[in-house]
Amino acid sequence: MKDEPSRNRLGLGRAAARRAAEAVVRVLITASGWTAIAVLAAITVFLVLNAQQAISVVGLVHMLTGKLWYPTSTPPLFGFLPYILASLRATFVALIVAVPLGVAAAVYISEFAGRRVKEVAKTIIEFMAAVPSVVYGLLAVTVAGPLVKQIFSLTSGLTILTAGLILGIMAIPTIVSISEDALHAVPNDLRQGSLALGNTLWQTVYKVIVPSASSGIFAAVMLGLGRAIGETMVVLMAAGNTMTLTWSLIASGRPMTAVMAGEMGETVQGGLHYSALFVVGLTLFLITFVINLAADTVLERQRARWRR
Amino acid sequence: MKARIRRARFFEKVMKAVTGGAALLIIATAFALLGYLVYRGAPSITWEFLTAVPRKFMTQGGIWPAILGTLLLTFWTAVFALPVGVLAGVYLSEYAKRGLRTRLIRLSIANMAGVPSIVYGLFGYALFVIALKFKVSILSGSLTLACLTLPVIITATEEALRQVPSDLRQASLALGASRWRTTYKVILPAAAPGVVTGSILGLSRAAGETAPIMFTAAFFSAPPASSVLDKSMALPYHIYIMATQPVRPAPAVVWGSALVLVAGISIINIAAAAWRSRARRKIRW
Repeated sequence: MKDEPSRNRLGLGRAAARRAAEAVVRVLITASGWTAIAVLAAITVFLVLNAQQAISVVGLVHMLTGKLWYPTSTPPLFGFLPYILASLRATFVALIVAVPLGVAAAVYISEFAGRRVKEVAKTIIEFMAAVPSVVYGLLAVTVAGPLVKQIFSLTSGLTILTAGLILGIMAIPTIVSISEDALHAVPNDLRQGSLALGNTLWQTVYKVIVPSASSGIFAAVMLGLGRAIGETMVVLMAAGNTMTLTWSLIASGRPMTAVMAGEMGETVQGGLHYSALFVVGLTLFLITFVINLAADTVLERQRARWRR
Repeated sequence: MKARIRRARFFEKVMKAVTGGAALLIIATAFALLGYLVYRGAPSITWEFLTAVPRKFMTQGGIWPAILGTLLLTFWTAVFALPVGVLAGVYLSEYAKRGLRTRLIRLSIANMAGVPSIVYGLFGYALFVIALKFKVSILSGSLTLACLTLPVIITATEEALRQVPSDLRQASLALGASRWRTTYKVILPAAAPGVVTGSILGLSRAAGETAPIMFTAAFFSAPPASSVLDKSMALPYHIYIMATQPVRPAPAVVWGSALVLVAGISIINIAAAAWRSRARRKIRW
């Protein structure tokens, strides 16, 4: 009996070899699929590990409610309430700018605009999203800053308002494109049904389309919020970098992201200051995590509804 | 009755103008931004500016080390992120079953996309620079950027794969091809335009990031990098440093660098989009 011609060096049949390769590939692909979870878990672990020292020495409540941040004084103080407040102030300004403009523009692009206008508008909004944050920061310092300074006759134009305005412009692409997707996903039956009942296009929009897409629009606002609160370069360059505990929007301030970006390079690795910056990072991470979770949950529910 | 109809029609016109105005304002802002950038940046752009090394404390000469640094960072980001990202997209579209596990992966991807870039910077510093001892280097920086880009590539790949009609999938499987062979020989080629364009979009965003490379790769002044273990200048970081110099007004170098960065990213995006629409026209289902 002659040996089978298709035996290879491993002594496997061709089909078996192929099946083995298939299994290897399947393991590789599955492992890749899980990297997202792995990276997210690694981020959490590394933030917590590095934050631990400051949390145990200074205390989390102390840090979250402390009004003074003097990392190099003796004893050092690590209260970052003013920075949390600054993040909220800047984000508030950004949302005031971005939500009305973004949602209105999304309604226009989705419901009123013709095909060509739609394409052009989408391309331009994609361009806005592609501009790097440091370039927005540059514009905040050189254009928005002097403008704010002049309008409110301040001594410095680098304020929360300055940074917030630019953050708003940066959040617009996110809000427009996700709202537009949500509006676009509303089944045409609803649109035609409403129009057939004699509603005008606008009545259809605000009585039928927008309410149907409301969860998607909510998600768009949440993601815009997440983008604004997590943005670093604009607030680092244009918010003024001061530790002020105020609600005023035309005062300067220092959002959490700016603290990390500004001080990480100057700390002693492994020291208390270093660890305290990771507490700030962990706080920001948890805030954005909750925001994203809310947005994603709502989006998923909407997707399930329209899938049917 | 007639008055009500007239009022509704009038109101429709008003709201159309209002929402259209909002869209117009956004578009005008984008054009103003681009116009201003070109107006301020164009005078700096010379051949020397693009190819020479900086002189006189960065205020004169060129920005070649920064351009090279950004190119290298982006290249290595692609090397690290593309294989994993595309395979993860394949997993979600072709292999994963609907269920809790898949939902969890999707949730992680959505959340990864929302993690602030500075948090990636902190993470990359703690893991790559310190724990793995890669030091401040192109390697550390591009690994950090790869984490940040991963969700974009995964999502783009999955979406592109999903758009391939299931007839193709079933036909291939019915001929006896295995799932991987079907994916590799049929689905991926058909989805390639979407995968490539989405990946380029993600990578170009990474190229413009500053916060993640601040402590992992970028350095104020360094010679052109020769190894992945070198720290390097990078365009976004260069813009940041030069724009926040105590010397005011900011030197023309800043605007030139900003224009180079934005123009580079835009050109690559436009080229990718054009290529996709051409490739799509060729594929007919």
